[in-house]
Amino acid sequence: MTGNGFTAIGGANQNEAISFEVPSDARHQAHFLSLHDVRKTYPGVVALDGFSIEVTQGEVIGIVGENGAGKSTLMKILGGVAAPDSGTIRIDGTDHDRLTVKHSLEAGIAFVHQELNLFDNLDVAANIFLGREPLRGGPLKLVDRAKLRKMVVPLVERVGANFKADTPVSKLSLAQQQMVEIAKALSIKARLVILDEPTSSLPTAETEKLLSVIRGLKADGISVIFISHRLHEVERVADRVIVLRDGMLAGTLTNDAINHDQMVKLMIGRALKARTSTSSRDAGSVALSARGIRTTAYPHRTVDLDVLHGEILGLAGLVGSGRTEFARVVFGIDRSFGGELHLDGKPIMPGSSADAVAAGIFLIPEDRKLAGILLDFAIAQNISLPNLPAHASNFIVSAASENATAETQRSSLGIKAPSIATRVGTLSGGNQQKVVLAKWLAMQPKIMIFDEPTRGIDIGAKAEIYRLMHALADAGVAVLMISSDMEEVISVSDRVAVMHEGQISGILMKDQLDQENVLLLAVGKSAR
Amino acid sequence: MNKKDAGLLILIVVVGAIVAMINPRFLLPINLANTANLIGLFGILSIGQAFVIITGGIELSVGSLIALLGVLFVDLIANLGMDWPLAFMLILVLGGLIGLAHGWLITRLNLQPFVVTLCGLLIYRGIARFYTADGTAGFGFGQNFPTLEFLTAGRTYGIPNSFIALLIIMGVTWVVLHRSVFGRYLYAIGKNEEAARYSGIRTGRMVMAAYVICGVLTALSAIYFAMYTRSISPASHGNFYELYAIAAAVLGGFSLRGGEGSIFGVILGTILLQELQNLVNLLGIPSSLNFAVMGGVILIGVLVDQQWDVFRARRRLSKAAHFTPSN
Repeated sequence: MTGNGFTAIGGANQNEAISFEVPSDARHQAHFLSLHDVRKTYPGVVALDGFSIEVTQGEVIGIVGENGAGKSTLMKILGGVAAPDSGTIRIDGTDHDRLTVKHSLEAGIAFVHQELNLFDNLDVAANIFLGREPLRGGPLKLVDRAKLRKMVVPLVERVGANFKADTPVSKLSLAQQQMVEIAKALSIKARLVILDEPTSSLPTAETEKLLSVIRGLKADGISVIFISHRLHEVERVADRVIVLRDGMLAGTLTNDAINHDQMVKLMIGRALKARTSTSSRDAGSVALSARGIRTTAYPHRTVDLDVLHGEILGLAGLVGSGRTEFARVVFGIDRSFGGELHLDGKPIMPGSSADAVAAGIFLIPEDRKLAGILLDFAIAQNISLPNLPAHASNFIVSAASENATAETQRSSLGIKAPSIATRVGTLSGGNQQKVVLAKWLAMQPKIMIFDEPTRGIDIGAKAEIYRLMHALADAGVAVLMISSDMEEVISVSDRVAVMHEGQISGILMKDQLDQENVLLLAVGKSAR
Repeated sequence: MNKKDAGLLILIVVVGAIVAMINPRFLLPINLANTANLIGLFGILSIGQAFVIITGGIELSVGSLIALLGVLFVDLIANLGMDWPLAFMLILVLGGLIGLAHGWLITRLNLQPFVVTLCGLLIYRGIARFYTADGTAGFGFGQNFPTLEFLTAGRTYGIPNSFIALLIIMGVTWVVLHRSVFGRYLYAIGKNEEAARYSGIRTGRMVMAAYVICGVLTALSAIYFAMYTRSISPASHGNFYELYAIAAAVLGGFSLRGGEGSIFGVILGTILLQELQNLVNLLGIPSSLNFAVMGGVILIGVLVDQQWDVFRARRRLSKAAHFTPSN
């Protein structure tokens, strides 16, 4: 279905000086790595469904797709971290059922992850050759610093970096740190460098730098897989773009056919029509009003947003668009760098989570195990924790009162556990999430913020959590749901606000609510 | 009392029985009373340390504080003629303020507890020595404070009053730590500070309060130690007492990562440590080996505890494997 793509606007590649071009017919001769009909399922999800790809020497492949389209699974399979259920992986003519990490390294596949894995207490050279340092002094195993330096200098030059081998990594910018990662990839004689969201946190000038390094790699005959949400950059640097959707190949675009609109169209897919929420609630007055809120993620941008009583407002956007940081400000975990919040018309600026809780603003955090629950505490003790003074007289906690509340919540939420004295750490993800919910439902919420409420939980528990969210909204609670799951955003929300790089890029009412509009706003365009 | 505490109690009884068999003087009332007195003195400061360790912190300045506050207390009542109840209160308040300062530096300025209290260890020792010009602080000839002496170093029906004070403090702190809202918060913070904060707990204030409690209890034990020794040479008084407290807590089942441990545990740990000291004396082991014996026992204790956990986990696993039909 890419036919019309070839006639599209002449491709951004035109104004780029490409130093090295792989003729399209050379592709068939030189692909050293290919996946054929690879399938990978996780409990309840098909992550990759019969996916095939060929990687040619010296080719830059862009991979795009929504959150959850299967990109990270693909990376895990190539890195030898996950084994596919079926399909074959061919490297230099040899077929494998799965790769091991060692295979992957030997095949010359190198990763530059979104979260950099550098040791910022060491210098550039030490990072590049960590664990593979040239040694001298026989049994003393001293690091041969001179030789190390000699090995690192050409690598650093090759990525066109403006830092030295002995610069401490802590002094480098994010882009420079990525250069170090790329130099590290070169040091293991990589044939394929996979960059996972390399530009998502880079300012424009540094992004340019990175793109030119990618072109340099290509000129040296090294293949690059470039995974990004930033479609404009993909457009500029990729020879071929592979669009993933729901674990399947949604389409391939080559050279001139690569353009932004085509990619968006393929990412959404034509057949998928939005399933909007069937509830017919009438939203009430403004519960929470945010004006000019600045967060740590994007201090130079401001967030303006209203959440109404009795609605579920979905907060969509790409990972890293500043949604969680906004929620942290509202919940009093972080301070805002400016702006104001109003709760039911009265100004409020929680200085701590205790203030927010006292005002009736509750948050269900993104990372359940880190921030949502105490794994070593019993269910009853977890549920009572935010409201402990209410379970106490003269500061002495009444176990009877705690247990009564916990029992009520356990039966109303259907928490599956032997008893309320069970340690939360032994429960399944869905039941743990219900315990987090129970903490707040046992109190009187005014604003309930859900940050990725159904991540990592099974479908049954998901449905129950949606049911609870609707029940809350029906009862007049303002529900703000941060979610990267497109289906969830569209099917659960009454309205959707979309965030892009620290700002609300648009608000979609029910009749405008479909995947295409959400995605357009999420990448910073305007909705249709 | 949980299984760990029960195990420790059995160990204390067994060691006691062995020592008594080898040297019957162990059970003489005078020896038991002396040991009880020391348990009282060290128990009070160990409970203070326990509050801090529960939050995942550590308080290293205890020994130096005992020297500094002891010197100040003796000077106030012996040389400056202050009424002892007033001096008593003043020292407790001062201990609390120092604890508050530590807590503030740790929670508001995000300094590491180890660093803050290590600096405290050096600073208070230095001030104590400077204050007395490296001399010995003590009472003049014929200076007597009958009530104070009775409360601190006296006995009731043969039981040292310091030990009775410990029992009272134990009762109060047991309720605070194991039954109160504040105690629950401390455990929650020690287990997972982030989750505690996301539950709307003012974690900073709670941690600060723990350091204040530690400071006050340390000050109290400083007065008891001062009245017990009656003369204080600030260069050596209270040396390593923080380590006695930490050792007692570790023996009593505390985790230095926070969130684990009980009042019973730390008291049993203190009792075992004092019993070991007594053992060294009574069995004629050179007293220079004192610390070595203590260290060895703690190491073995922690090791057995650890291995026991590993053993139980393995047994659970093998049981589970046994009951699951293999494919």
